[in-house]
Amino acid sequence: MRAYLPAYDLQTPANLAEALRLLADAPGVWKPFAGGTDLMVLLEAGKLAHKQFISLWHLPELRGISITDDSITLGAMTTYSQVQTHPILQREFPLLCQAASWTGSVAIQNRGTIGGNIANASPAADSLPALLVYEAELELVSARGARWVSYQSFHTGYKQMAMRSDELIKAIRLPRTTNQWIQHSRKVGTRKAQAISKVCIAALAKIENNTIHDIRLAFGSVAPGPLRCVQTEAVLKSRAIDDATIKDARSALAAELTPIDDIRSTAEYRLRVAGNLLAEFLAGNGIDFHSDR
Amino acid sequence: MSTNQTQIVGQSIQRKEGRDKVTGAMRYVDDLLFPEMWFGATVRSPIARGRIRSIEFTGNLPWHEFTIVTAKDISGQNCTALILDDQPCLADKFVNHAEEPVVLLAHPDKYLLEEARRAVKIDIEPLPALFTMDDALNQTEIIWGDDNVFKTFLVEKGNVDDVWASADFIVEGEYETGAQEQLYIEPNGMIAMANADDGVTVWGSLQCPYYVHKALLKLFGLPPDKVRVIQAATGGGFGGKEEYPSMIAGHAALLAWKAGKPVKLIYDRAEDMAATTKRHPSRTRHRTAVNKDGKLLAMDIEFVIDGGAYATLSSVVLSRGTIHAAGPYACDNVRVRSKAVATNHPPHGAFRGFGAPQSIFALERHLNKVAATVGLRPEELRRRNFLHEGQTTATGQVIREKLDLDGLLTRALELSDYHAKKERFAEHNATNATQKKGIGFATFLHGAGFTGSGERFLESVVGIEATATGNVCILVASTEIGQGTNTILSQIAAEALRLDYEMIELAQPDTANVPNSGPTVASRTCMIVGKLVESAALGLKQTLVQSGLLTDDYSLDEWRQACAIYIAEHGALKSFSKYEAPPNIFWNDETYQGDAYGAYAWAVYVAEVTVNLVTYETRVDDFVALQEVGKVINPVLAAGQIEGGVAQAIGYALYENVVWDNGTMRNNQMTNYIMPTSEDLPPIRVFFEENPYTYGPSGAKGIGELPMDGPAPAILNAIESAIGVRVNCIPLLPETLMKVMNA
Ligand SMILES: Cc1cc2nc3c(=O)[nH]c(=O)nc-3n(C[C@H](O)[C@H](O)[C@H](O)COP(=O)(O)OP(=O)(O)OC[C@H]3O[C@@H](n4cnc5c(N)ncnc54)[C@H](O)[C@@H]3O)c2cc1C
Repeated sequence: MRAYLPAYDLQTPANLAEALRLLADAPGVWKPFAGGTDLMVLLEAGKLAHKQFISLWHLPELRGISITDDSITLGAMTTYSQVQTHPILQREFPLLCQAASWTGSVAIQNRGTIGGNIANASPAADSLPALLVYEAELELVSARGARWVSYQSFHTGYKQMAMRSDELIKAIRLPRTTNQWIQHSRKVGTRKAQAISKVCIAALAKIENNTIHDIRLAFGSVAPGPLRCVQTEAVLKSRAIDDATIKDARSALAAELTPIDDIRSTAEYRLRVAGNLLAEFLAGNGIDFHSDR
Repeated sequence: MSTNQTQIVGQSIQRKEGRDKVTGAMRYVDDLLFPEMWFGATVRSPIARGRIRSIEFTGNLPWHEFTIVTAKDISGQNCTALILDDQPCLADKFVNHAEEPVVLLAHPDKYLLEEARRAVKIDIEPLPALFTMDDALNQTEIIWGDDNVFKTFLVEKGNVDDVWASADFIVEGEYETGAQEQLYIEPNGMIAMANADDGVTVWGSLQCPYYVHKALLKLFGLPPDKVRVIQAATGGGFGGKEEYPSMIAGHAALLAWKAGKPVKLIYDRAEDMAATTKRHPSRTRHRTAVNKDGKLLAMDIEFVIDGGAYATLSSVVLSRGTIHAAGPYACDNVRVRSKAVATNHPPHGAFRGFGAPQSIFALERHLNKVAATVGLRPEELRRRNFLHEGQTTATGQVIREKLDLDGLLTRALELSDYHAKKERFAEHNATNATQKKGIGFATFLHGAGFTGSGERFLESVVGIEATATGNVCILVASTEIGQGTNTILSQIAAEALRLDYEMIELAQPDTANVPNSGPTVASRTCMIVGKLVESAALGLKQTLVQSGLLTDDYSLDEWRQACAIYIAEHGALKSFSKYEAPPNIFWNDETYQGDAYGAYAWAVYVAEVTVNLVTYETRVDDFVALQEVGKVINPVLAAGQIEGGVAQAIGYALYENVVWDNGTMRNNQMTNYIMPTSEDLPPIRVFFEENPYTYGPSGAKGIGELPMDGPAPAILNAIESAIGVRVNCIPLLPETLMKVMNA
C-alpha cells in the first residue's frame, strides 16, 4: 500500500438525502465511493489524488432492478453479478450481460457496479458500448432534485462527463425496444480473463433479406470515451450486405475512430481490428464471409 | 511395522508443507513480526544513467525520526558480492540503471514511510545510456569495462569454415527473445537484525542462503560466524530469488544496524517488477551448412544476451545458453560464439532455463527453416541428425547413456496425433478464412546441475541426523520454493533408509545450522543434492551397522532401537556427504570442451494452435510434453513442474512483453504485463519416460528448468504451419503478427 492512509476519509451517510447534502454543502470536496474496484487500485498505487469519499454501498435508493412494460431500470449500484443473473436482462439485453461477464473476475463482478463503470469513464470500459447501443438514459440526482439525461451525450471528452460535482448517478434506464434486433458483441482483451479491452464492439441491427434496415454500433478503446459510430451507421443503413458495403463501412469507421498507442496496444491494431470486428459482424449476418464463427 | 517392502520413491506422496500452504498457516517473511520492528523502503534512481548531484529530503516530514542510509554508511565493501562484485549495494556517485537503489529509509510507521519515499529527491545529471545490444556492441558509449562486454565464449568442434564451400545449402536466420518478468507469487522481502555485538541476522524470501551470507560478509566486513541467514517460507523463486535477495538483505541489514531495531523490507508487486531481475533478452544468428539428404554439416551460431547494467550472473547464463545452442544434434562442425553485453537496463538475471530457452528457441525455429530449404519435413530433418549413444555434443561430450530421441519423437507425435492433425488442419485452413490451425514441435535437451566444473568448485555438503526416536532430519541449504524440495529429499532419504516418509523432516535452512549444499538453482537439487542426501542417509545406516546395532535387514522398531542406543552412547548420530564428481566427467574451462553436464533430460514438446485472423490472436489449443528424466521421484510434483513451466513458457512465447521506456519498465503491474491466466492455457498433457541415471538418486535427473525451453519454438513452429508466415521473435503479440501479415 503506497498511499498515506491517515490522509483519507470515508463517510457513510445514513441515507441518500444525507449523501446528497454532503455533496451539496461542499461542492467538489466529497466524491462517491461505490464498489471501489477502480478507486482501490489507485489507492494501493499511491495515486488516488482525491482524499474524501462518501460510501454508496449501503444506500438502498441506488440499488435494485425495476421493470415496466417499456423499460428496465437498474440502480446505479447494480453489480455485474446482479446484471448477469437477471432473467430479463439475459433475454433482452444480452450485450450488457456479456460485458458484465467479461469484466475482471468473479470477485470484481461481485463488487464492481454499472454506475461506477459509467462514472469512471474509461474509454476501455466494457459495459459502456452496450449502454450506447441500447440508448440508455441516466438519472442524475442532487439535493436540488433529479433529472434524466440521454447517455449518448453523457461523455464529453476524456474522463469528462455532463454531470455536476454535486450529482450522483442514481439509475440507468434501458428502453425495451430492441428485443427483435440482431445483437452482437465481442471483446478483444489482452488475454481471456482479467483483461482490459484493446478494442471491443457492441452492435444491434435489423436485417431482412440481407438488407440492413437499422443499425447501431458502438466501440470501446478507440476514442477518448466509448463511441457510438453514427457516421458508419448512416453509411450502412438501407444497404445490402456485400463486399462493397463492408468496404464502405470500414472506411467510414476508420474516419470515425481516433485510437491511440498505449501500454496495451497500438492505434494501428485497434483501427484494423475494429474494422475486422465490424466486418465479422456484418458478414456473419449476411454474405458467407467465412464458414465457422 | 516395517515399510521395508514399500517403494517411496516414485509415489505421489503429499507435499511436506502442502497442508500449511493451503490452509494459510504457512508464515512468509511478511507474516513475521519482531518486537519494536521498523519498516524499510528503498529510494531509487528515476533515470537510467547519470551522476548523482545531490540528495534532498523535502516536504514537511519529521526527517529526524527516520533512519536514513546512503553509500556512506557502508562499513565493508559497497558491493552485492556475487561473481565480479561490480554491482554496488547502494549507488554512490553514479547510477547505471533506472530503479538503482540510492537511499534507504526506515521508520516505525509504514504509511509515513511511503510519504517519505516520495519526498526524497535525487538530483541526477543525465549521461547518455545504452538500451540495445547493437548499441552496446557498437560501443556508441562505453558504459561497462573497456568494451561493454561482460563475457564471451567460444565453443568449437571441427571447423565450420572448411564446410561452406561444399555444402548443398547454406541456411541463415536471426532470432530474438524478449525480457520476461518472474512473477513468483510472493514478492521479495527481508527482515534484518544487526548490531556490533551480535552481528547480522536476516530472515527472508530467498533461494540461496549461502549467496546471501557471502554478500553480507563483504558488505559488513564481518567474520562468517557473525552473519546468519535464515530462509522464511518462500512463495516461488524461478531464479528471481537467486541473486537479488543478497541486495535486499544488505539493505535491510544496513537499516537495522543504523536504526538499532529489527527492520522489515518488503517489496510490493510494482517495485518487484520494476527493480528486480528478469530473463535476459537475446539475439541469435544461425548459419547452417546442410547437404541434400538433410545432414547438418556445419552450425555456426552467434548468441548475444543483454545483461543489463552489472555483471551479476550474466556470464553463467551465457555459458548455459552457449552450450545448449547446438541442441541434441550430432554435427561434426560447430562453432558457437557468444557474448553477454552491458546496457543500462536493470540487471537481467537467473530465470528458469538460464540462457537455454533463448538459444533453444533460435535453434528449433531455425531447424524448421533448414528442413523447408532442404525439402524435408521438420521431423525427418531432426531424425537424420539426432545424437546417439557414442556420439558427441558441441562441446565434445560423449553420450554414454542409452539415448533414443527417435523413439521419443515418434511417441510425442503419436500422443499429439500430429500427422492426422496436420492433414486435417490443411483441409480446415483451405476453407476457413479467419481461423487457421497449425501444429508444431521442438526437440531439446537440458543439462542438470552446474555447468562444466561448477559442481566441483561448489563442493556441496549435505548432512543428515537421526534422533533418539529414530526420526531423521535432513540438513541442507537447498530451499523449498514451491518446487517440492522438502518432499522429494524426504522421499529419497526414506527410500534409502527404508523408513516411513513421515519420519523424515527438513531442518529450516539457516546458515548457523545447515551445511552449504549449494544454491537452489540449475535443476541440481534433485539430481546433485538428492544424491548427496541418499549417500548421507546410507552413511547413517552404515554407522549403525558397523556399531553392531543393526543388520542389513531391519524393521522400523529395530531402527528406532539402534538409534536410541547409539545416541545414548555417543550423544549424536550424524552423517555428512560431500560432492564428488562421477568418474569420466571432465571439463576444460579454457577450451570449453568436455562434459558440460553430468546428465541431460531429453524432451519433445508438441503445440497445437489456432490463429484468429480477425484479431491476430493465437490460442494454444493442446499441448503435449514428453520427456525422459531418469527416474520420476514424485509423479504429481514432477507433472506440476512441467505444467507450470509450460504455462510460463506460453506466456514467454505469446503474452509477456516488458514495455521499456528509456530503461524503465512501464508496465510494472499485472494489469498491463500480460501473464496468461488459466483461461488462456490449453490442457497440458505431461508424459515421462524413465531411463535411470547411474549417479542420480534412484536414477533421477533434473527437470525444473526443462519445460521452459521447448514451448516457445514449438508454438512458433505451429503458427508457421497454420499461416505459412515465418516469425522469429518472441513475445509474438497480436500487434506484431498483424504487422507481419499485412506487410
Ligand atoms: C482486477 C480488476 C479488473 C477489472 N476488469 C475490468 C474489465 O474487464 N472491464 C471493465 O470495464 N472494468 C474493469 N475493471 C474496472 C472496474 O471494476 C469497473 O470500472 C467498475 O464498474 C467500477 O465500479 P465500482 O463500483 O467499483 O466503482 P468505484 O471504484 O467505486 O468508482 C469509480 C468512479 O466512479 C465514481 N462513481 C461510482 N459510483 C458513482 C455514482 N453512482 N455516481 C457518480 N459517480 C460514481 C467514483 O467516484 C469513482 O470516480 C476492473 C477492475 C479491477 C480492479
